[in-house]
Amino acid sequence: MQYTLLILVLPLLAFVVLGLVDSRWKARTAGTIGTTVMGIVAILAYYTAWSYFTTANPGGVYQKFIPFQMEWMKFSDQLHIDLGILIDPISVMMLVVVSTVSLMVHIYSLRYMEGEKGFERYYAFLSLFSFSMLGLVVATNIFQMYIFWELVGVSSYLLIGFYYTKPEAVAASKKAFIITRFADLFFLIGIFLLSYYTRTFDFDVLNSGNATVFAGTAGLSFLGLSLMNWIMALIFIGGAGKSAMFPMHIWLPDAMEGPTPVSALIHAATMVVAGVYLVARLFPVYYFFAPEVLHGIAYIGIFTALFSAVIACTQTDIKRVLAYSTISQIGFMMVGLGVSGMGGHHGLGYMASMFHLFTHAMFKALLFLGAGSVIHAVHSNEMNKMGGLRKYLPVTHITFLIACLAIAGIPPFSGFFSKDEILSAAFEFNPYLGSLLIFIAGLTAFYMFRLYYGIFWTKEYKHEHIPHESPLAMLLPLIFLALVTVFAGFIPFGKFVTNDGADYHIHIDLVTASVSVAVAAVAIAISTIMYRKENKISDRIVSSFSVFFKIVVHKFYIDELYMFITKKIVFRLISAPIAWFDRTLVNGTINSFATVTQWTSLQIKGIQTGRVQQYAFVFLLSTLLIAALIIFI
Amino acid sequence: MNFLLIFILIPMLMMVGLFFANNRKQINLITLSGSVLLLLSAIGLTFLYLHQRAIGNTAEMLFITDVPWYPAFNIHFLVGVDGISVIMLLLSSIIVFASVLVSWKIDTMPKEYFIWFSLLSAGAFGFFISLDLFTLFFFLEMSLVPKFLLIGIWGSGKKEYSAFKLALMVMGGSVLVLFGILGIYYFSGAESMNLLELAKHTIPLNIQYYLFVSSFVGFGIIGAMFPFHSWVPDGHSSAPTSVSMFLSGISMKLGAYGAFRVAIFLLPEAAHQLAWIFLILAAFSVFYGAFTALAQTDLKYINAYASISHCGLLFFAFLIFNETAITGAFLQMISHGLITALFFATIGMIYSRTHTRMINDMNGLMKVIPFIGVSFTIAGLASLGLPGFSGFIAEMTIFVGAFQETDLLHRVLTLIAATSIVITAVYILRVVGKVLFGTITNKHHLEFADATWWERVSVIVLVIAIAGLGSAPMLFSNMINDSLQPVLNNLMR
Repeated sequence: MQYTLLILVLPLLAFVVLGLVDSRWKARTAGTIGTTVMGIVAILAYYTAWSYFTTANPGGVYQKFIPFQMEWMKFSDQLHIDLGILIDPISVMMLVVVSTVSLMVHIYSLRYMEGEKGFERYYAFLSLFSFSMLGLVVATNIFQMYIFWELVGVSSYLLIGFYYTKPEAVAASKKAFIITRFADLFFLIGIFLLSYYTRTFDFDVLNSGNATVFAGTAGLSFLGLSLMNWIMALIFIGGAGKSAMFPMHIWLPDAMEGPTPVSALIHAATMVVAGVYLVARLFPVYYFFAPEVLHGIAYIGIFTALFSAVIACTQTDIKRVLAYSTISQIGFMMVGLGVSGMGGHHGLGYMASMFHLFTHAMFKALLFLGAGSVIHAVHSNEMNKMGGLRKYLPVTHITFLIACLAIAGIPPFSGFFSKDEILSAAFEFNPYLGSLLIFIAGLTAFYMFRLYYGIFWTKEYKHEHIPHESPLAMLLPLIFLALVTVFAGFIPFGKFVTNDGADYHIHIDLVTASVSVAVAAVAIAISTIMYRKENKISDRIVSSFSVFFKIVVHKFYIDELYMFITKKIVFRLISAPIAWFDRTLVNGTINSFATVTQWTSLQIKGIQTGRVQQYAFVFLLSTLLIAALIIFI
Repeated sequence: MNFLLIFILIPMLMMVGLFFANNRKQINLITLSGSVLLLLSAIGLTFLYLHQRAIGNTAEMLFITDVPWYPAFNIHFLVGVDGISVIMLLLSSIIVFASVLVSWKIDTMPKEYFIWFSLLSAGAFGFFISLDLFTLFFFLEMSLVPKFLLIGIWGSGKKEYSAFKLALMVMGGSVLVLFGILGIYYFSGAESMNLLELAKHTIPLNIQYYLFVSSFVGFGIIGAMFPFHSWVPDGHSSAPTSVSMFLSGISMKLGAYGAFRVAIFLLPEAAHQLAWIFLILAAFSVFYGAFTALAQTDLKYINAYASISHCGLLFFAFLIFNETAITGAFLQMISHGLITALFFATIGMIYSRTHTRMINDMNGLMKVIPFIGVSFTIAGLASLGLPGFSGFIAEMTIFVGAFQETDLLHRVLTLIAATSIVITAVYILRVVGKVLFGTITNKHHLEFADATWWERVSVIVLVIAIAGLGSAPMLFSNMINDSLQPVLNNLMR
């Protein structure tokens, strides 16, 4: 499996080449190179998946392979960063997800970004991102993961800020980077502590479930929580930052300032699920050594899912609705992991979470690319500039509808199967949690159909030009992803990805399934009544809950809170006073040395008069004085 | 003749050549060829050193030359290198090369400018190869006077004030260093000023205290440790571009290098006892520099405070006294030297076009000067510790080392220092966003020309060095590691 190295090397080469030639080539050439490379990578990833899943489970349990590994940096005899490739069920699954969505976005962007200034730069950054994300998923150790984690962060920064002359885009890219960096600080501290006590960065050793690895932390606790819980909580904070969990979610909606295909790739399908992937990667450690944190993850997940689903109901920018829906769905995945046990039926949550990650990546990428197609047609993100588009954009309309049905959890679309497994797992963990999750699933169906009707139905907006369907290069990815969304639910996912590597047979829990489908159907019905045709129902509801509505539209004022903390506290109360202290006190002290010296010299320079008589007088007087001293003492 | 003497000889020959040069072309030819030769010699020395190690030469110092200078006081002209010095020479020669290119078109008195600049380089190179305390001090002083003149004559803004401030403060540092050095010589009872010889002697602890404080603070002033840093912002902001690059890229490193070679190596017991005081100061320095940088609006001030923060981390790492952290400290020295030089180089390029360094007067420069813009962004990303660039590897090594110490003081200080990771990102992205992104508001800025060839070469060399260290760190960390053992043995005794 040595060829897997190419999966990383090729996008990196593409980045270097495209980055160096910059604008010396025609835009078309740059796009073709980037897309071809990604095509090869996708083929390699599919081949890897095919050969891995067909041959790697001789005893019914999937093996792990490390086809490539090198020592990159050595800190001490025990601690060293290796760069390598880890092939196991979840990394192979992620390879498929990342390369598929990335390829689709590459193809789609050929036309979507056509004529943009900096087209080559765009493809260079896409390649950089693909390289970093693929490197992240195949990481053999936690430090390698961190390295690529930072690299995806910076590619995300560069791509959000792609339209760098737009102030909103610049602000959004900065915000995304700084918030995730803040979360990464905790991640990093977690890594340092973990590696100090276990003397390793290696996932293989950490995940062995062997208590001797963690013997160093035995008996250590802080504020009543064991050290391992602290460490794993710190690591989770890193994941929560990238995956936009509350309260670090605020960067994701703003990140929609980037080009839409970028939102599809980075901020819907791949990078934002890195936090889920991180928890899944370290799942045995969480499960055996930090169970409290694992449960905490479930609660944070469900809170975030509810919170952002509520906000999604009120937003009017279609990309922001999708962004909040992404946050909410990632919350579902976190719940899945948080409620999961280890192995067999207990491991249902884990399997479901990974399954949902897979299906969500496909249908959410489809939704974003569909939204891109709509924006391409009407040149606006605002829902009130749309309406009645189903006539003009038939392909976009149908594919978007498929994705909406999938995310709403209507069978036989893929979202139904994966979400249903999460719901079953949640019910087994705690019925209240499960019920709340079903309610959130209903909300999801509601706001997704509000979006769908707002774009494609309701009253037609008077456009200056008649909107027209997107070109083929943009429609092909939509059609491909729609097909995946229709059929992915039938993948026997439990055969491939479970947390003990053994086969697990998925069976639909009929009660949960029928309840959740019923709830979704009701939600869609309400949505249809309210939004299919133009009417006053929604306005009336808004006016009767005006205060609450206002709070929700302002996203619970979390952004304002952040602004207050950064502008008022960090800048005004910490940074500015320190700078003042430096210039006035520290520098003032140094200057005062100079001033005092100068002053002293001014005072005593009068002594040197140059008059010989005076010198003679002082000389004589002193001689007499000294003589007197010697004689009398 | 000893190979190391080349590093002093070339700058001296450059000075002689410049003295006789009578037009601009000759001046540029001399400085360029001199700096290229220096760079090639440094690369050659690196290979020679690796070759010696590969064939099993395990001597502490290689390529030693020992010439009695003033026998009455046992003063020898003694030079030699270990892996650390070799790396410092490599760093210095890269920065000298880049600085020479950046000042390609300097228009006032170019001849005199480069003469002083060469003397400055000679001092720095000499310092890094000295093994004799007196030789070391000699070169330290040699690199001082040129700074005063270079800032005072070729600077901008409040240049006289800054030149005096820098010279007096650094001179004050040297006095403390001299006091320390003489104390070490007398109280060790050794008949030699040879570092390696002195390390074998033990000085009574109560005397070590005074000597350690004196020499560490002395070198701390030169290395810009809080609260002795106030020459840094003024000095940098008034200095011409290439001098800023030299000052923070090399001169500040003289302080850190000296603190390690003299204060820690020769006074290990006192270092152990007093480390906590300076550890607190250094950790605070990291935090303090970063937050002060956040409030600045002048590009050079921002980078000056960023340097204080990064150099604080370096002193912090030294004082942890474990192998990983000290290796990290040296990586940080090289890394910061290169990054800050790249920063000052690009700031200089921006300033020479906009004639302002105030970030509020600039907008959207990326559009008109993309090459400089991208270079500035790379410097920024490297500075905030992006993997693939040198800053990341240096910081990570330091922190991994710092986390090996489990007592409360170390833990708390490490966490304080680690917060700089976030704050650095904030002030860097703030500047990048403000200066490079957005739309151009000042119409005159639309007419700027992008980087010239000499600016490009200078930037590219620095970027290659930063990315090289960042992607193949083991080459350098091994060289550093090899040379740490004597010091660690001394510390553990």
